[in-house]
Amino acid sequence: MKITVAGVNKEVKDGLTIGELIQQENVETPEYVTVSVNEEFVDGQDRNEKSLKDGDVVEFLYFMGGGSHGFNR
Amino acid sequence: MALTDKQIERYSRHIILKEIGVKGQKKLLNAKVLIIGAGGLGSPAALYLAAAGVGTIGIADADVVDLSNLQRQVIHTTANIGKAKVESAKEAMEAINPDVKVNVYQTFVDSTNIRELIREYDFILDGTDNFPAKFLVNDACVMEKKPFSHAGIIRFKGQLMTYVPGQGPCYRCVFKNPPPADAVPTCKQAGVVGAMGGVIGSLQAMEAIKYITGVGELLTGYLLTYDAIKQEFHKVKLPSNTHSCAVCGDNPTITELVDYAQPTCELKQKH
Ligand SMILES: [Zn+2]
Repeated sequence: MKITVAGVNKEVKDGLTIGELIQQENVETPEYVTVSVNEEFVDGQDRNEKSLKDGDVVEFLYFMGGGSHGFNR
Repeated sequence: MALTDKQIERYSRHIILKEIGVKGQKKLLNAKVLIIGAGGLGSPAALYLAAAGVGTIGIADADVVDLSNLQRQVIHTTANIGKAKVESAKEAMEAINPDVKVNVYQTFVDSTNIRELIREYDFILDGTDNFPAKFLVNDACVMEKKPFSHAGIIRFKGQLMTYVPGQGPCYRCVFKNPPPADAVPTCKQAGVVGAMGGVIGSLQAMEAIKYITGVGELLTGYLLTYDAIKQEFHKVKLPSNTHSCAVCGDNPTITELVDYAQPTCELKQKH
């Protein structure tokens, strides 16, 4: 089946779970990545079970710091 | 208030734009923007907002200029090492544009002072580097109903999104809670290309200018990500369901600000 991951079209095996996709994509610090499928958030505990469907649009949203650190003691 | 001849000349490249014009320039001159963090993101943002003639610019940062800042924090100079960042930034902004009134806050922004701090401003730029601060800025802006631009940079990547009350998800809608300290690498640990602050901080300035002048579409409901390795931007449409958010949702559980115990950047550590 075909899915879109971070804007890129990919051919993946049928029934691939989000957890498997996270492994395939070598997602850094997966436990702190927000996942959306077709513009809906998928919670951490649902990722291993939830299978993707043909045409799904998956996004990984990462924590990014940066800037200045003169804040909070 | 009419623009002076000098102002018409200074802002001529704005005024000639049909989307901005004299009307938009006056909006900029009457606007108040607060930049939290005079660092990698805040530096370019402050320079561009000052140059654009944003009438009042607040800048908050407790730090002093350090040699290791100068690779990316372009508002500061070698001569200003050891000087308060907010004073250094004020100097630079005033040198660019005497029209700008700069308010400096050489203070740690925390749960006790942030709401009061942001209250008098029209738009807030988050130029902080640690996640507790980013959540604090978000929650305070949600509570005070202030629009703000979130941004983050690390290594060769950057991202930003804009929150406007009632018009889309907030930072907490997307990221829920700060990660534990050191679970996610920070710039100090992982590095960042200096120009990344220029790319993303300038985009934040653009969001502020667009919000003030009402031109075009903001990054509300979107996270714009930038990958310098691939030299690619990717605009992610965010889920529009904000009902369950702990701070901006229908039944918020966060109704008071909290200071999360530990910032991810250890401040006391020598560079
Ligand atoms: Zn929210």
